[in-house]
Amino acid sequence: MTRKTGLSAGRGVTRRTALAGIAGGIGTLAMPWVARAQNDTIRIGFPTPLTGPFAAEANDQVRSAQLAVKQFNDKGGIAGRQIELLVRDDKLNAGEAATRTLELIEKDKVHAVVGALSAAVQLAVNEVTRARKVLYVSISQSDSINEAKDGSRYTFHEALNPHMTTQVVAKHTFKQGAKVAHLVADYAYGHEMLRGFKRAGEEIGVETVAEVLHPFGAAEYSTFIPTILASGADVLCISNFGRDQANSIQQAVDFGVKEQMQIVVPVLLHNQRIAVEPDVFEGVVGGANYWWGLEESVPSAKTFNDAFRAMYDGALPTDYGAYGYTGVASLLMAMEAAGGTDTEAVVDALEALKYDIAKGEQRYRQCDHQSVQSVLVLKSKGAGDMKDEADLFEVVANEPASEEVLRSCAELGYTG
Amino acid sequence: MTVGLIAMQLFSGLALGAILIMVALGLSIIFGMLGIVNFAHGALFMVGAYAGLYVASLTGSFWWGLLLAPLLIGAFGMLIERFLIRPLYGRSPDDPLLLTFGLGYVLVEAVRILFGTEGIPFSTPAELRGVVNLGFGVFPIYRLFVVGVVVAVLVLLWVGLEKTKFGLIVRAGAADPTIMRVLGVDIDRLWLVIFGIGVAITALGGVLAAPMRNINPEMGTLVLAEAFVVTVIGGMGSLGGAVVAGLLVGVAISMTSLFAPEMATIVMFALMAVILLVRPNGLYGRALPGQ
Repeated sequence: MTRKTGLSAGRGVTRRTALAGIAGGIGTLAMPWVARAQNDTIRIGFPTPLTGPFAAEANDQVRSAQLAVKQFNDKGGIAGRQIELLVRDDKLNAGEAATRTLELIEKDKVHAVVGALSAAVQLAVNEVTRARKVLYVSISQSDSINEAKDGSRYTFHEALNPHMTTQVVAKHTFKQGAKVAHLVADYAYGHEMLRGFKRAGEEIGVETVAEVLHPFGAAEYSTFIPTILASGADVLCISNFGRDQANSIQQAVDFGVKEQMQIVVPVLLHNQRIAVEPDVFEGVVGGANYWWGLEESVPSAKTFNDAFRAMYDGALPTDYGAYGYTGVASLLMAMEAAGGTDTEAVVDALEALKYDIAKGEQRYRQCDHQSVQSVLVLKSKGAGDMKDEADLFEVVANEPASEEVLRSCAELGYTG
Repeated sequence: MTVGLIAMQLFSGLALGAILIMVALGLSIIFGMLGIVNFAHGALFMVGAYAGLYVASLTGSFWWGLLLAPLLIGAFGMLIERFLIRPLYGRSPDDPLLLTFGLGYVLVEAVRILFGTEGIPFSTPAELRGVVNLGFGVFPIYRLFVVGVVVAVLVLLWVGLEKTKFGLIVRAGAADPTIMRVLGVDIDRLWLVIFGIGVAITALGGVLAAPMRNINPEMGTLVLAEAFVVTVIGGMGSLGGAVVAGLLVGVAISMTSLFAPEMATIVMFALMAVILLVRPNGLYGRALPGQ
């Protein structure tokens, strides 16, 4: 049932927004004071792929983002102004995302944009926002957005990036002298993960024995697997996202890959794990920004989970869902500190912000606005080890927040 | 690169080809016999998978799902033909095309509302798990089972069409419905049954695909494209053509995966373009009237 909540939650906002728009229109004619109240709201644009292969993760992001908005609204808003989240379906398409973002800025007059769920699509959103000096908090993985050529004063990256994720995952899964094969989605996300794994692999001293790029959104992986099986690898890194992850692991397991090699993924996705039977993912190791089980050791995770449970009938937040919360909440905290929505003041406040709202201490690094944060390494449990159906992963490691795993500001092209 | 790997790749390609034949068959039958381009094909494939999941979860058995879902969705297909498509016979061929195009969207949205937008697990039946060693590599038992089902469906179709009185009437009806009507054959009922069979086979494809690809509302989108490519390469309306084209596309994808894996999806469209340049009606297609 929680799935449906995700869908209706996403759609509901659009409908409410439309209704609010109509109400606002009528208000302008009849009740000017209502219209003025409308203009006072703080509007956050939220483009995300509600439909398509990343729909599960996108709908979770919306739900968590709405929790953050609700919490601020419940305590009276920011400087007396209520906050509104304007969710738009970007259909996982760069052109669509750019158009929706432009509409959000020009027509809906949003004060900031949070969202996009693709290493490629977020760059399209960022192009639109930075050209108009609108604040953008990206909440999905990208290395490129950290680099000087793509970054800007108005661009923040709350998500993990492929470099830090692969550094940490490789540290806990690669052994010196191991043979590593790669199955990689042929777009920005896959390429950045592959680059990260290979860089980490070189430092650790592993040998790359196969590199197979697969088309994004493929349903069939059977024809890629013989090459991987023939490579004699000890470790198979599968760097893809959303449904591609579930399908490729399912089919690799069908072909007996797990009997020969350890499957490693950069990001072990909660939603994809529950889209297949437990035995398919059993033993697969991967990174994560968040896992609800963190509540045993991290107090802010417990607070976040409880708030989420209370709002959504006991449902638990997921990894990518949590980005919706940390991304929006950190922005709202900065707006609160800045006392409003003045973009320059909010940027300064974000740069100065230290926040611990779900997973321990986080802060935005000065040069690239990358959120410095902990990285989890998780292992998927088999049906026999699960206490209940939410008990999906065991924590292999929780690497504390550190700039050590980030590329240096100089390497990213920031000078001075 | 060893001989074993190439043999394995070739075999994977043929097995994939069998799946592609299964995917294209329903589209090909309905076009070949009724002349209807069914754009709801991918959506019906997806609905078949959900029906299989639903029946399997009610009965606790994959086998009931495999048997009953095609029957249920086939009956649903007959309703579509009777009440939506039949009023359009005799009108421009664009009309049923547009109708099924819209119907596809309706079905996808309906499933999103009923079952949610997220993927749902569909386990491989316990009897068919594991791999077999083929000598040059290992292959999942379930995929071999799928190949077996496809061969069985093809044999049944061939016998039904070529060796029975019903098949004779069907072929005659496809060739000239007016004459058949004059001869006293109930063409309406015949087309109803054929449409039902086409949809049932499409739904069977969906159930068979579920344990390999899992289930989600968008699973039919790529399937529609694959089915069109196979049908167009084989020649619109030719069953034998669909078989040859399915295998050809499967092997093309598989061999491309070995040398340039990122091109694996593009290659089928490239193949289609090349074949259409050389043979505008596909490999085994009849020239359309007026050409």
